Amino acid sequence: MPSLSRRRPATAHRRALWLATALAGTGLAAAPARADEVVVAVAANFAGPLQQIAEGFTAATGHVVKASAGATGKFYTQIAAGGAPFELLLAADDETPRRLVAEGHGVAGSAFTYAIGQLVLWSAQPGLVDAQGAVLATGKFSKLAIANPRTAPYGAAALEVLKARGLADALAPRRVTADSIAQAYQFVATGNAELGFVALSQVAVPGKPVTGSLWKVPPSLYTEIRQDAVLLKPGAGKPAALALLQYLKSAPARALIQAYGYGL
Amino acid sequence: MNAADWTAVRLTAQLAGLSTVLLLLLGTPLAWWLARTRSAVKPLAASLVAMPLVLPPSVLGFYLLLLMGPQGPVGQATQALGLGRLPFSFAGLVVASVLYSMPFVVQPLQQAFEAIPERALEAAATLRAGPLDRFLTVALPLARPGFLTAAVLGFAHTVGEFGVVLMIGGNIPGETRVLSVAVYEHVEATDFASAHRLAAGMVGFALLVLVALYALNRRRGANALAATP
Repeated sequence: MPSLSRRRPATAHRRALWLATALAGTGLAAAPARADEVVVAVAANFAGPLQQIAEGFTAATGHVVKASAGATGKFYTQIAAGGAPFELLLAADDETPRRLVAEGHGVAGSAFTYAIGQLVLWSAQPGLVDAQGAVLATGKFSKLAIANPRTAPYGAAALEVLKARGLADALAPRRVTADSIAQAYQFVATGNAELGFVALSQVAVPGKPVTGSLWKVPPSLYTEIRQDAVLLKPGAGKPAALALLQYLKSAPARALIQAYGYGL
Repeated sequence: MNAADWTAVRLTAQLAGLSTVLLLLLGTPLAWWLARTRSAVKPLAASLVAMPLVLPPSVLGFYLLLLMGPQGPVGQATQALGLGRLPFSFAGLVVASVLYSMPFVVQPLQQAFEAIPERALEAAATLRAGPLDRFLTVALPLARPGFLTAAVLGFAHTVGEFGVVLMIGGNIPGETRVLSVAVYEHVEATDFASAHRLAAGMVGFALLVLVALYALNRRRGANALAATP
């Protein structure tokens, strides 16, 4: 915490360091946020876009975003059972924010859809995935990575696509389940799985060429992935948290979200 | 407990059992060499064995994924030999577990071997016992508490492995979904009842194994985890 050390006398500094060390051990180092910080739990697929949005947000408001990326299901557990200190959750679905509000962990009326997810079938090899996704049936691959359907909305959507194509059972032996959509991306990017269902935002970074080959899955094949943001109890009444919620609805943020391939 | 959970229990037992056998086969000559050698490379070899103690599982998992992947040297070798690829397979988990649990087996064995007095081996040599004979009839029986500690810790540590398995396993039922991953998945899916059943079982198992180990080694008059007199 170099920013703290410059402002505080030595003993307080030492105490702060000790406290930070103790808190870091429990994973709660971000808990005592300053007024101009907003602590955000963000779905793995939106981590990249949020980083860019945070730059514009900081430039516009002076507030700093502290983001933790992970699986939405994991955040639910940490918030509901563990009392995690997150002020905002940018989920990968609309079910988790709804549940958090219903159970009293989220602020009623604060949830809104900040992005609609686009599922893609992706391979790091150019030319492997065709524009219709026929590669799933023709079978020139040994492993297909999907995020865990039990915990990751993109994984559940991927399973729906396989079922819609009548391939769920046939491909079961070749399916590998990743912990999150980020790990599914990692399995495909390292070539350990030739194919994988990931989020378009992970492979279509604005300003960078798309590597490999991909099939944008038509939204008719899976339940729409509405990604909702919700204000959590620790963020209630915090100006920085409210400002970020507002900023997500602003024109520059929406343009960036769409540039990453999300619907709105 | 449902059928999938029992599959995870069976798979975990198989993984830990097979890994322990391989660890003892590989670890015994390695520990014997480390205990006896005056070679200049000994500190380096001992450090390499101990690396998994200080490296986070994410580092080991990340590099194993790259090394065993289609572009990695290990992956290219296994493919050239017609063995296929190791990530997402039971064989891959065995390889990772052997690497990851190696210090838990080698260190107790090494300490047990180092504790054997040189005089005992010299006395055997004067009675014309060859090197292999000395090892089998003098060193092995004297190091028995070390073997017990090594086997139990190797087995228990493999059961307790999580990060590496999560990174290279792919969570495939009956193939790579071991107990630690099954518990994690239940927790993430907020199925706390199922998570409790498995997690409480593992806490009980770990306690039982360690109590048995300490009690047995105490009866033998040796320190359980150090195996040094």
